[in-house]
Amino acid sequence: MNPHRRSPFVIAAALVVYFFLYAPIIALVLYSFNASRANVTFEGFIPSFSERVVMDGSLVKSSPCGPFHWFCDLAKNNDVIDAAKNTLTIAFTATAIATVIGTMAAMALQRFDFNLKPFAQLSLYIPIVIPEIVMGIGILTLFSQVFAWLNNAFSLVGDSRLTMGLNTVIVSHIAFMVPFVTLVVQARLQGFDKSYEEAAMDLGANEWTTFRRVTFPMILPGVLSGALLAFTLSLDDFVITFFTNGPGSTTLPIYVYGLLRRIITPQVNALSTVWILVVLIAVLLLQVLQNRDSTQHS
Amino acid sequence: MLKRLRENKSAQGTLLAIPTMLWMLGLLIIPLILTAVVSVGRRSPDGTVIYSFSLENYFRLLGYSTSCANRQAACFDPLYVSILWRSLSLAFNTTVLVILLAYPLAYFIARAKPKQRNTYLFLVLIPLWTNFVIRVYAWMILLRQEGVINLVLGWIAHFLHISFQPIEMLYTPGAVLVGMVYEFLPFMILPIYTSLEKIDVSLYEAAADLGANAAKTFRRVTLPLSIPGVVAGTILVFIPVMGTFIVSDILGGRQVILVGNLIQRQFLDARDPTFGSAASLILMVMTLIVTYFYTRKFGFGEEIVVA
Repeated sequence: MNPHRRSPFVIAAALVVYFFLYAPIIALVLYSFNASRANVTFEGFIPSFSERVVMDGSLVKSSPCGPFHWFCDLAKNNDVIDAAKNTLTIAFTATAIATVIGTMAAMALQRFDFNLKPFAQLSLYIPIVIPEIVMGIGILTLFSQVFAWLNNAFSLVGDSRLTMGLNTVIVSHIAFMVPFVTLVVQARLQGFDKSYEEAAMDLGANEWTTFRRVTFPMILPGVLSGALLAFTLSLDDFVITFFTNGPGSTTLPIYVYGLLRRIITPQVNALSTVWILVVLIAVLLLQVLQNRDSTQHS
Repeated sequence: MLKRLRENKSAQGTLLAIPTMLWMLGLLIIPLILTAVVSVGRRSPDGTVIYSFSLENYFRLLGYSTSCANRQAACFDPLYVSILWRSLSLAFNTTVLVILLAYPLAYFIARAKPKQRNTYLFLVLIPLWTNFVIRVYAWMILLRQEGVINLVLGWIAHFLHISFQPIEMLYTPGAVLVGMVYEFLPFMILPIYTSLEKIDVSLYEAAADLGANAAKTFRRVTLPLSIPGVVAGTILVFIPVMGTFIVSDILGGRQVILVGNLIQRQFLDARDPTFGSAASLILMVMTLIVTYFYTRKFGFGEEIVVA
């Protein structure tokens, strides 16, 4: 029996599901070239290049960037650029911290017994089984109450008042990332052959050298995939960011959400197209890296 | 002192786990306790919290009302109960639909030749990594009155010479269901794929040798062994659907109010954090109860990590 043989029904169903996954994305990308500013229906591509933007009612007749008018428009939008900067700052900072402390916790849970272990395990399990909004409004309540109390106690006024901002978002992102980093690294530690470490110790290496030269290189793939998962969770996060951001810490998802509740020009689509392209490149890079990794091992 | 630490395994473990434990204490445990404390408080006229002990918010959620039509002191108002019920049944329907769509695709990928598998998986990752909010917006373009679906239906109708009225799809419960299914589909495909891929090919050969046909092999071998993936996927889909408010906000307009929308509005528009906190705790308890009974029946799939 050929294990790779699939019935026509399975193939047809798979095609339908792929179509379902991609139809919205294709429409999204197509509309980023829409000549219509109102963006309700697709009115064709912007036909020509010109010195200045020429409009006919809500239709763009020609633009310095031609069909890519909305992408040029996007590049000039400072709000988007600030939001992109914030998104990346938050994702990089939170991922770095969450990866370090999550890996430490994974080592602790996998290798040691300690009194607070049940607490550590439970607290890492909860964020996975409760909806994000529950955590989000809890954190919002904590920050607003603590900040109100501190502002009052030290009579802080004006700019020195404590408010929600980048820091509160970063701290909260770390909280929902750590459980996932720990899970991934723990999975890697489970399949770990301890005899390598014992060999290193027998050869006279101390704990730190053993960790640096033996343990860490071996769990590195787990740590990296944990970090990558954390990074994508942060980029994608809406709910926690929504409740913990403040003036000046708008991220891209929050910015897009704000636009969706007002007027939507094809600029939003251009932003989405850029985002999809970045994802495409990132996933491709990852595939190349993984393939290289697996061919090296075999 | 360093030497004593080196010998004390328990202290080493605690030390390694301390940053994480502090973080989870400060940003998970304390916020949850605070939510519980606020939920039994009262709202002051300017929207701040007066700490007290009253279960009024919970009674209100369960249908107790003091603003009755016919001068009664109290009556049953089904508003919030129906919101909770709507969220629960939407989460249930979404999960079932997602399983039905995800399973054939996961099966298709798992049975593909190893070289092609990566490509097929890659095609699942792109929509997954495209931002959540952007994916909801994409359905706005499709479902609108003048949107792509109505446009295509119009062409078909024109081609077949039938008269066609654009269907109103956006801002309906159906739109919210489709949006939810679309958002969470990849979270089901990946764990099911992982558990299907782990199945040893020799099991199929054994089943064939013992005279089982394709349908029987699927029912007796493939399906039981892929249950851990379905369980993990269900947890990854059901729980977020219960709490999400963007999909219903954007695709449901003001028509479809879920418990997530209720909570969000209490904190932003209505400014009653005490009622919002109570709703949030009820939501948490509801998901915990469902997850508890579900995982007790089927176990907790370790495939949860792959997504």
